[in-house]
Amino acid sequence: MQVHPRKLIVIITEAALEPLLVKDVLHLGAHGYTLSDVRGGGRHGARDAAWEGDRNIRMEVICDEQVAGAIAEHVRAEYSAHYATTIFTADIGVLRPEKF
Amino acid sequence: MDPIVLFFLLGVLARLARSDLRLPEAMYEGLSIFLLITIGLKGGVELAKVPVGPLLPQMGGVLLLGLALPLMAFPVLRFVGRFGRADAASIAAHYGSVSMVTFAVALAFLVDRAVSHEQYMPLFVVLLEVPGIVVGILLAKVGGGRQVRWGTLAHEVFLGRSVVLLTGGLVIGWIAGPKALEPQAKLFFELFKGVLALFMLEMGLVAAGRIRDLARTGPFLVAFGTLMPVVFAAIGLWVGKTIGLSAGGAMLLGTLAASASYIAAPAAIRIAVPEANPSLSLAASLGVTFPFNVLFGIPLYQRMAEALYGG
Repeated sequence: MQVHPRKLIVIITEAALEPLLVKDVLHLGAHGYTLSDVRGGGRHGARDAAWEGDRNIRMEVICDEQVAGAIAEHVRAEYSAHYATTIFTADIGVLRPEKF
Repeated sequence: MDPIVLFFLLGVLARLARSDLRLPEAMYEGLSIFLLITIGLKGGVELAKVPVGPLLPQMGGVLLLGLALPLMAFPVLRFVGRFGRADAASIAAHYGSVSMVTFAVALAFLVDRAVSHEQYMPLFVVLLEVPGIVVGILLAKVGGGRQVRWGTLAHEVFLGRSVVLLTGGLVIGWIAGPKALEPQAKLFFELFKGVLALFMLEMGLVAAGRIRDLARTGPFLVAFGTLMPVVFAAIGLWVGKTIGLSAGGAMLLGTLAASASYIAAPAAIRIAVPEANPSLSLAASLGVTFPFNVLFGIPLYQRMAEALYGG
């Protein structure tokens, strides 16, 4: 099995940001994204999704290193000051490199 | 006591006692869609029966009320409450906009007591929902700050669930008329109070969850969240009388003015004014004002309306 190296960038943040984030990552060069609803807690208190305003999303994007860097920097600069935000990246391997 | 209020109290108690009771999210969303469509349909059906001409000045008056409320709340929050510009504007936006559920409870209150009112009042819910939010955002931005993405924001404000469903219900009811809606009446109109009761259970759970935040935000917000609604209700009642509503209609307009948004406003403000602390505005609107209006405000506004109309 031949795998090709790519970056996985994961953004966990407030659901209110979803429409903005989707636009941003596509604009920055991502070919696609995966969203899920999640729960958790941290510096901004327990965000237990009990109310619309407490909902969190987890966005996963697989892309090349350059795009991952651009997305991470953009999210950090634009949103991390005022929104509950967690960003991390990981090195992964994909089977179909043309897709990402 | 009204069973709807008792359901609310059950939710509050369950949350305070840390029960694991929780309405599934899909159910909560489903119930809120039902309530919004039903309120819209009811209003639309009645709208079809009245001429549009005399409605226009009333609509203008209600819009002005929606613009004025946040402008009155803002200086109180900024200079008496000593909040920063962003937080004061955010809370003002929540109080400028309205709560559909508070309106539904007031409506049920009037229907139970056979108080007549203008049946097309849901039209005014739509008109009051948006201006408060827009004025609040402008108040936050007067002193500079980040650029607002007005495109995304307009989408959020005008195409949010509540505006779409209320307006959609109004238009469908208006076009279809009461005869055509008869087959649907069992679902939409007869089940309304039962659905509202279930929704109030969830509201109790959610509102009680905000009480913890109040301990941190201090006594000013508790005072603001109980006194401001009474002042706003008085202003709403006066506007209602001025634009020629009946006592029941004015009471509903007063309740709308007194209510604070906790669905549409938080979503829009979170995007437009990120520097505002959302737990302040939600603690006030959801933790103080909503329970206050449901338990004490609505009967009080009814008495105020009777006094104003002299009977």
